[in-house]
Amino acid sequence: MSDVPALVDHLFRRNAARITATLTRVLGADRLDLAEDVVQEAMATALAQWPFGGVPDDPAAWLFRVARNRAIDRLRRDTNFREKERAIVDAFTARAETGGRFSHELEDDDLQMMLMCCDPQLPPESRLALTLKCVCGFGVDEIARALLAKPEAIAQRLVRAKRFLRENTIELELPSRDELPRRLDSLLDVVYLMFNEGYSATAGDDLVRRDLVEEAIRLTEELTAHEATSLPKIHALAALMHLQRARLAVRVDAAGDMLLLDEQDRSQWDGDAIARGLQHFGLAAAGDELTRFHIEAAIAVEHLNEPANWPHILGLYDDLMQIAPSPVVALNRAVALAMVEGPEHGLAAAIPLANDLRDYIPLYSTLGELSRRAGDTERAREHFLHGAALAKTLPLKRWFEKQAMR
Amino acid sequence: MAKYLLLLRGDGHGLDNLSPEQIQNLIARYGAWSEKLRKTGKYVASDKLRDHQGRVLRRDDSKIVVMDGPYTETKEILGGYFAIEADNYDEVIDLVRDCPHFDFGTVEIREVEDMRRP
Repeated sequence: MSDVPALVDHLFRRNAARITATLTRVLGADRLDLAEDVVQEAMATALAQWPFGGVPDDPAAWLFRVARNRAIDRLRRDTNFREKERAIVDAFTARAETGGRFSHELEDDDLQMMLMCCDPQLPPESRLALTLKCVCGFGVDEIARALLAKPEAIAQRLVRAKRFLRENTIELELPSRDELPRRLDSLLDVVYLMFNEGYSATAGDDLVRRDLVEEAIRLTEELTAHEATSLPKIHALAALMHLQRARLAVRVDAAGDMLLLDEQDRSQWDGDAIARGLQHFGLAAAGDELTRFHIEAAIAVEHLNEPANWPHILGLYDDLMQIAPSPVVALNRAVALAMVEGPEHGLAAAIPLANDLRDYIPLYSTLGELSRRAGDTERAREHFLHGAALAKTLPLKRWFEKQAMR
Repeated sequence: MAKYLLLLRGDGHGLDNLSPEQIQNLIARYGAWSEKLRKTGKYVASDKLRDHQGRVLRRDDSKIVVMDGPYTETKEILGGYFAIEADNYDEVIDLVRDCPHFDFGTVEIREVEDMRRP
């Protein structure tokens, strides 16, 4: 026992996820609830004991041991358990003794949990909530704050998703080689959604949202390091995230107000994140699969240049519209088009998108900015005020109001 | 210098539905508080007492009766204790003031009677 309260950052969150994954792997997907319950009990026990007895030498192993024992205690009440008891206890022992279980590596248990939570048969928003709960170790309230939902709604979503998994997941095994790519695409979509929820801070609790960005990057990094998932497209996603994250801290000025890309102090960009992003970008070039992540990463790389090569960026958005068309991509393409052919052309491409993107706040900053550049100050003002009315955070509202006054 | 016992009680209220991150943060707060206590040199010992079990014994006529308890009437449970050394109650109160335990329960302070100094 140590006197010093030296707990690694996010140790509980990480281990909540890892222990749940291991318990679920051994006990079966239909026992996910039991796994979650005993993990919560283990954490509560730590809270009751450690303040008096001190932090154990290996806190992660302690938590695992307590959760495992609780799980076995509960299962003993189940008569079906008796015949399986030996096998289950052996499986736990084997996992506890490898010792590597508490390293930073992504292990099969964790990957399987991720794939299970991202089952393509679940609705996307359920996949994200379940991933945050079971893979990232977030609490229901934290998920609600991060996703701007009511805790009750998140709890409901989780219950339904888990019921679906209980009824439909037979074995918690890695999918076959043929099945893995499809399952992996769903997983990557969820991780990217997690990143974007955190990155596009249009509302919500800043601290929790930063956690989403860091979690998404951590999961992607771990995926690139696992032999089954070390794929070029995952390196592309990692590159994209790191390069965007590099600018995260400088997107606001000292007063907390938003800054556009060309107003940012480039010397303040995070050099380590850029280096990491470029490294992944290099690794993404292997293979012959060109994904949306490759193109989006290439765009992020191009934005590092001063001045940016806008015809090249426009070409990349054209490519992106080919393989992953969406109104948001079309809006970004309109910005590039405006830079290449003039604001009138950009506006002509952006205005028809208003139908699909009515509540998408960046639409109004784009329309406002392009109108202003086209010399239509009155229209620009209208767009910015519209954005201000939609903005859910004070800094964003202030930013739109400032633009409208210019 | 006298010895004091700090009895940390709580009914577990406010501890439901904490996220793993919140639990870790709380443990870190308790850790920081007890670390500070140790640095002052006033810390003597601390222990967690087991929840939801315990026996109360009393004599009924000539027979000793054993009862589960002692918290049959109240939900309040004794979580654990800290033993510290201090000059007087005021000093103890100052040491306890920033204990994170007040988020959930109470701290009772009792001076240990010193038999050598009647």
